[in-house]
Amino acid sequence: MKVTKRLGARLGLGLGLLLAAGPAAASWGMNLTRGVTSLSQSVYDLHMLVLWICVVIGTVVFGLILWSVIHHRKSRGVTAAQFHHSTAVEIAWTVVPMLILIAMAIPATRVLVAMHDTGDADVTIKVTGYQWMWEYEYIDEDIQFFSRLDRESDRVRQLRSGLDPREVENYLLNVDKPLVVPVNQKIRFLLTANDVIHSFWVPDLGWKRDAIPGFINEAWAEIQEPGIYRGQCAELCGRDHAFMPIVVIAKSQEDYEAWIAEQRAEANGVPEVAAEEAPVEEAVAADMDMDDLMQRGEDVYGAQCAACHQADGRGNPPMFPTLAGSDFVVGPAEDVIDIVLNGQGAMPPLGGVLDDADVASVVTYIRNAFGNETGDVVQPADVQAAR
Amino acid sequence: MTAATHDEHHAGPPSSFLDRWLFTTNHKDIGTLYLLFALLMFFVGGAMAMVIRAELFQPGMQLVDPYFFNQMTTMHALVMIFGAVMPAFVGLANWMIPIQIGAPDMALPRMNNWSFWILPFAFAIMLATFLMPGGALAGGWTMYPPLMLQHGMAFPFAIFAIHLLGISSIMGAINVVATILNMRAPGMTLMKMPLFVWTWLITAYLIIAVMPVLAGAITMLLTDQYFGTSFFSAAGGGDPVMYQHIFWFFGHPEVYIMILPAFGIVSAIIPTFARKPLFGYSSMVYAVASIAFLSFIVWAHHMFTVGMPLAGELFFMYATMLIAVPTGVKVFNWIATMWRGAMTFETPMLFAIGFVILFTIGGLSGIMLAIAPADYQYHDTYFVVAHFHYVLVTGAVFSLFAAAYYWLPKWTGHMYDERLGKWHFWLSVITVNVLFFPQHFLGLAGMPRRIPDYAVQFTEFNMISSIGGFAFGLSQLIFVWVVIKCIRGGEKATDQVWEGARGLEWTLSSPPPYHSFTTPPKIESSAGLEGSPR
Ligand SMILES: [Cu+2]
Repeated sequence: MKVTKRLGARLGLGLGLLLAAGPAAASWGMNLTRGVTSLSQSVYDLHMLVLWICVVIGTVVFGLILWSVIHHRKSRGVTAAQFHHSTAVEIAWTVVPMLILIAMAIPATRVLVAMHDTGDADVTIKVTGYQWMWEYEYIDEDIQFFSRLDRESDRVRQLRSGLDPREVENYLLNVDKPLVVPVNQKIRFLLTANDVIHSFWVPDLGWKRDAIPGFINEAWAEIQEPGIYRGQCAELCGRDHAFMPIVVIAKSQEDYEAWIAEQRAEANGVPEVAAEEAPVEEAVAADMDMDDLMQRGEDVYGAQCAACHQADGRGNPPMFPTLAGSDFVVGPAEDVIDIVLNGQGAMPPLGGVLDDADVASVVTYIRNAFGNETGDVVQPADVQAAR
Repeated sequence: MTAATHDEHHAGPPSSFLDRWLFTTNHKDIGTLYLLFALLMFFVGGAMAMVIRAELFQPGMQLVDPYFFNQMTTMHALVMIFGAVMPAFVGLANWMIPIQIGAPDMALPRMNNWSFWILPFAFAIMLATFLMPGGALAGGWTMYPPLMLQHGMAFPFAIFAIHLLGISSIMGAINVVATILNMRAPGMTLMKMPLFVWTWLITAYLIIAVMPVLAGAITMLLTDQYFGTSFFSAAGGGDPVMYQHIFWFFGHPEVYIMILPAFGIVSAIIPTFARKPLFGYSSMVYAVASIAFLSFIVWAHHMFTVGMPLAGELFFMYATMLIAVPTGVKVFNWIATMWRGAMTFETPMLFAIGFVILFTIGGLSGIMLAIAPADYQYHDTYFVVAHFHYVLVTGAVFSLFAAAYYWLPKWTGHMYDERLGKWHFWLSVITVNVLFFPQHFLGLAGMPRRIPDYAVQFTEFNMISSIGGFAFGLSQLIFVWVVIKCIRGGEKATDQVWEGARGLEWTLSSPPPYHSFTTPPKIESSAGLEGSPR
């Protein structure tokens, strides 16, 4: 009911705006972003130049048609002229469009050349696309992590979840761990993929570039303002293509360096500075009983595994193996833990995404669901040992 | 007695249903089969579009699993391209080319039968993949590896079906070329042919040139999956991007295969209802030929974001922009044809004018997409979706409606219901813009294509678009009703049908005799041909 009402109001407004003052509805997002890099601004200027040229051409062409339709109609008693050729006119409407095209090609070439200049970078980040998450590696900093759709969006986006996306902040455009970069530094992105082709797109950076398995693409950005910039995968990459967003946080140089130090410390095993997650970690480090493991395992499975292996574990062979009745799944627990932590083939490594209790739960779950009946449990400690 | 039976045999269609339709070698019957099949597929593909628009009506996943959504987008495209638009144009070619060039039938009538009857089987296989384990293809109609290699059983079956469709199209095209080059009435030189015949001649060459390329690309996919090759796998020394180059070497000319015959149709209709000869006949022919040539050297503009060298991107950008010139020439010629005519606005003319305006919108957004650095933003967004639907729906499909209304009286011998036809036009033209125009905004604002769910800031335009979509879909039922009504009866059509119509098809009775021109008509120096004064 609420939705319909809101729709009705917005629809009337929308159609009105469409007819009258299109550009005024900026809050709806109708136009390309100016973005926050020098490249994105030149792309925006180029876009507006070509758009206006097209609008002018369109107006002239449609104006002529309208004039003709109004004035040159039989019902006005006109007799049809019988001219059917004019070399001069034909030459004119071949040459004039050529000149207009050249006028567009010159600035376009300039921007394209600038985009291809990936040299002299201050920071180099390798971006790897997975089904369905991104991995970021800071080449000179020895920092690496995965970034995937945040839990809240992920819960709401399940089929017929009954939850309202409008209640979620940045629905589908939020991640568990964003990419952090410094402002006013030339950042070089090296893009590749692990499984299928993805495409890295943050509109505010001014471009998208495909991430192709086995190949490395390059692109660059120099962000001018600190802020949070959101984007998503732009190349169809399978079932959850819509659910692998990108969040880039641009920080001042000091904040960026502090973040780098924090990441290093974390990697070296020093307790996390961010305290809010700590209690949760503590609570689950202890042994868990079968019911808890199964319950939590089902949640984790739904969020992380069901996309490929299906909710009922039948998978989608040959790419995504069947788990139900699989000898591997009910075989040695260490092997199963290993593949969950480190990945294999199309299976992404989840060690960076799931904590010990998550892994223990999900392994326990798949070994005791879909008709698999090992009856044994895997504890967080086992996972800890396997890491 | 023998002579009498012989005459009878030539006079009308066979009386048995199977003989008439399954074993037919008659160009008009085969044309009818193609057109009816295309109409059916238009609704099958349209139903998939309705599922897509229903899921996108609001954010969140309400109706279908994301994987099924991907099957819908993929199959919608394959069905519409290979099942609706292409067969519809082939149907028109079958019906109209022999009549327009003064021939008794197509040059290769038995092959004609075969090229049609492959289609229902190919589509039965293609649609049956929905019932196979893993479902139908879901990696996009472009079938990019490695994603394409993640399918289950649907993969080999769909490739087999596409091979069949390719064979069917190639045979149809060979038939068109053979007919046009060999069976023109004496006196009809190439430069006196109606533009619909010209555009189809060039289209047929495009089909013959590129369908084998598609066949090659998908066969390489097949061997990569089942026979251990690695054409497109980096791990084995191959290159996934090579597939895209091969595919789009087919794919771009394919776009023109779906639009050049539309140019021919509109070039026939506008002069008729403007009561004025087509402006710049020869420049129209040259424009179509240059568009066809350029279509072979612009393919990589579909893949600016794969990371080509600068020189490559510049070449494809410039070449693509160049297409605007001959396309512009065509649009200007149509306007010049309307200029100072004495126009009336029957349904075919309405659809033709709708075509010129809305196709031009698609052409203008095409120029924007040609600008490579800006395409880095537009690529794979709803801006592209809006662009190619303006070209293919308000372009190709509108021209098909225009053609159907224009020639229905000739085909059936009855006038269609003009009032219903106008309803069909006005509802279509309004709803199609409600459907596709907001998609430009969605794309620019950052919504990628091929996604079943989206961030909430895209909600409003998606709702508007979906409402437009449902209304556009429903409006098409009017067309079905018009066609049924027109076949069943209605005001008797004259041979001339339209006051301003010129060309050989209007010299035959309505409906034309079963075998079109049993004796070749004499072509007067300028009788009823495009580009020449009446
Ligand atoms: Cu992706």
